[in-house]
Amino acid sequence: MKVHVKVNGISYEREVEPRALLAYFLREDCGLTGTHVGCDTSSCGCCVVVMDGERAVKSCSMFAVQADGHEILTVEGLADGGRLHALQQGFWDQHGLQCGYCTPGMLLTSYALLRHNATPSEADIREGLAGNLCRCTGYQNIVKAVQQAAGALRESVGAS
Amino acid sequence: MSIQAKPLHSVGVPMKRKEDPRFIQGKGHYVDDLSFPGMLYLSLVRSTYPHAEIRSIDITEALKVPGVKAVITGKDLEAAGLGWLPTFHGFDKQMVLAIGKVLFQYQEVAAVFAETRAAAVDGAEAVQVDYAPLPVVADPFTSKADKVLLRPDRESKTNRIFHWEVGDKDGAARALASSARRIKQRVWFQRCHPAPLEPCGCVAYFDTMGRLQFHVTSQAPHVYRTALALVTGIAEDKIHVISPDLGGGFGNKVPVYPGYVCAIVGALKIGRPVKWIETRTENLTSTGFARDYHMDVEIGATADGRVTALRVATTADHGAFDAAADPSRYPAGIFGIVTGSYDFPVAYAEVDAFFTNKAPGGIAYRCSFRVTEASYAIERGMDILADELGIDAAELRRKNFIRKDQFPYPSALGFTYDSGDYHKTLDVALERIGYDALLKEQAEKRARGELMGIGLSTFTEVVGAGPSKHFDILGIRMFDSAEIRIHPTGAGIVRTGTKSQGQGHETTWAQIVAEELGLDAGAIMVEEGDTDTAPYGLGTYASRSTPVAGAAITMAARRIREKARKIAAHLLEAGEADVEWTDYRFQVKGVPARSVTMKEVAFAAYTNMAQNEPGLEATYYYDPPNMTYPNGAYVAVVDVDRETGEVKVRRFVAVDDCGTVINPMIVEGQIHGGLTEGFAMAFIQEIQYDAEGNNLSTNFTDYLVPTSLETPHWETAGTVTPSPHHPMGAKGVGESPNVGSPAAFVNAVVDALSPLGVRHIDMPMTRDKVWRAIRDAESTKG
Ligand code: FES
Ligand code: FES
Repeated sequence: MKVHVKVNGISYEREVEPRALLAYFLREDCGLTGTHVGCDTSSCGCCVVVMDGERAVKSCSMFAVQADGHEILTVEGLADGGRLHALQQGFWDQHGLQCGYCTPGMLLTSYALLRHNATPSEADIREGLAGNLCRCTGYQNIVKAVQQAAGALRESVGAS
Repeated sequence: MSIQAKPLHSVGVPMKRKEDPRFIQGKGHYVDDLSFPGMLYLSLVRSTYPHAEIRSIDITEALKVPGVKAVITGKDLEAAGLGWLPTFHGFDKQMVLAIGKVLFQYQEVAAVFAETRAAAVDGAEAVQVDYAPLPVVADPFTSKADKVLLRPDRESKTNRIFHWEVGDKDGAARALASSARRIKQRVWFQRCHPAPLEPCGCVAYFDTMGRLQFHVTSQAPHVYRTALALVTGIAEDKIHVISPDLGGGFGNKVPVYPGYVCAIVGALKIGRPVKWIETRTENLTSTGFARDYHMDVEIGATADGRVTALRVATTADHGAFDAAADPSRYPAGIFGIVTGSYDFPVAYAEVDAFFTNKAPGGIAYRCSFRVTEASYAIERGMDILADELGIDAAELRRKNFIRKDQFPYPSALGFTYDSGDYHKTLDVALERIGYDALLKEQAEKRARGELMGIGLSTFTEVVGAGPSKHFDILGIRMFDSAEIRIHPTGAGIVRTGTKSQGQGHETTWAQIVAEELGLDAGAIMVEEGDTDTAPYGLGTYASRSTPVAGAAITMAARRIREKARKIAAHLLEAGEADVEWTDYRFQVKGVPARSVTMKEVAFAAYTNMAQNEPGLEATYYYDPPNMTYPNGAYVAVVDVDRETGEVKVRRFVAVDDCGTVINPMIVEGQIHGGLTEGFAMAFIQEIQYDAEGNNLSTNFTDYLVPTSLETPHWETAGTVTPSPHHPMGAKGVGESPNVGSPAAFVNAVVDALSPLGVRHIDMPMTRDKVWRAIRDAESTKG
């Protein structure tokens, strides 16, 4: 089947098997390997991408054909040219990652979270990230990273 | 000549990680990100039975599946002399693909190679295997009876893999018998799995020179290369192992797995690259599990609480093959650390390990070879003793700690503890948590019937294997290595035999080089995991990177400094003996105005070296004279809901002493992560099997990993007692929190339930289990 998906602003038209998962479509058909796969039960969140600008979806639990005609944001599309996104900066500054395997999913889930709630409390963040596992960090610095990013994004909105 | 304005302190600085920019932008290189022209995918057929005879394997339908290129079985491998794979510590071997029998559920039975991931899975599903079930041995106590012999292929016709013992058996028995007070408790450290978020996997191909290019999730790439050479007969120079970015390891990525061997055989047989990436289910059901130690702990004491003797007898479940990744001469790892932080005059420990129809393993999950089990046993034991004697748990520990002036301390089980100040570390923890106020609060709550618990764990770890005279893997001695090259502009590269899986070596190693040489850590590149370029090393596990490779880096840097001194003397027109290294630069003794920086020396090493040997590089193989002994004092405070059994971890304070800290930000991150895994083991994490040997924990909905919601907030602090024998005084930290924290949680929950008469609860302390413990205690109390 033919699918047409806009990923990080670029159009990809590809022939896929109907059963092809979005995660593998992104990784293998679009060559965007930043989106990871860590489980087979929709439990880990390594594969989270953002659909149509604000919905965090687990790309391992969607068929590529379900993304037909939609826009997808992956970790590769977060930075603005050479400038890191506030969330990327936050994760770096706050030591919000160790092995980095969960990080793309964490970033994209947080991205959607901040779209819906610009001033999340620690509890909001912990709840918002409950679908994303991290085996390395213990989450504490991830929470700090998201808080830093929320602050930075508020400031940049205030400034503009 | 310029004078450096500011000293370049690097060690002790919370430098942001150099590896992060690629990870936060999705530019990491994990093994599944690799792709090569013509690459095939491998999928494994796995046993549905825990123990069965294989009557037949029919691959005809599988070969008809579109895209399937080949199928291989155990018989094919056996014919090629590759039927069995030696396990790392050399006592056993493991079937690559089942030959004649399967010995655990999910065992590898056949390998299917296909053009796409999906076609490989389709092909695997089309393989028909006819099994005739055999009686199942699902626990080590049944195994002990030898009614069903699980491994007739072995010379010794028993299910017992080994009996190991250490210490003074008779002395401990006598001391226990004559002790005024004694306790005995069986504690079980349940079967767990490290479950890094990236599963295991590899890509194998033979290049145009006929050389095996093997990209693999390995914590020990050089050991893989040598093991592959020994197993396959391929000359070691024709094997190139590359361990790319690893999405966590925690011990899971130390052993060599059957999937790897199948991928290599497929690449050889078909002549195309082969990728094998296990699924989460395959990861949890077939690759290295950890723990599964049933430990009978006995402690004797005087009436006023001085410990007199320790005896621990362990029954270990090793699964179908003995794939425990312990050093050759230590079948039970470093379990002898079981005397912990306490001054036991006499002790004895024994471990009996058995085969069962479960997945093989017994690997060191965020642990220095069975140290987690040992620490848990002694820290639970001390709490039970405190309860028995009616002495405060902190007081009992203080009374029995090895004192600061006793170091180096020879333990009853043969270790020489390097350094520590256990009293101080505990004091810091109690002060931080507000112990006295908590005890008061607890007394008030108890009077009201509320369940609040305070749990301590004051553990001592032992990490950093070698020394090589004691430790080896497959005969390869446990040292580690570093190679440093300083370029003309003062930038440089360091390579080691270790392999980061998230620990941040790219930053920490650069900081060590920068500190030793007065260079910019930002301009020191770190490369690991490539056996063509890195010096030979034993890899990263057992918290050995900083104690061993960190020391090798320090020593290599110091070698460079000695060479640089000669060039500096030439530049300063002084005698070498008159040049000193001070404030991160060379200066003529007593004349600070006459100095040169390392950067200047580096340039001169290539442009103006006079009669000195050109270049500025060094390699060092470091064989540690002793292990290091990090320690810590942890306090957990919990509230237990009497009606539901729900446990809330209200606070957790972790005070770690890991010697000199190189990057405090990274150390704190390691502690957060380790505590979270300790929390997981204490409360939710278990690989469960039913009585028929079926694995019940096959994915993340049954094998639970804590999320951000239930993970407690961690409070960390530290004391610093440098290791006297490590060149920087560092001890290693990655595993301490995972080793030390389970006992703190269990001690806290048992303390909460102790007014009801509960004395012990095995992990994981699920809500259900705690609720049952409360209900049973209340009903026996009437
Ligand atoms: S890969 Fe685990 S949730 Fe998608
Ligand atoms: S950083 Fe390793 S899983 Fe999150």
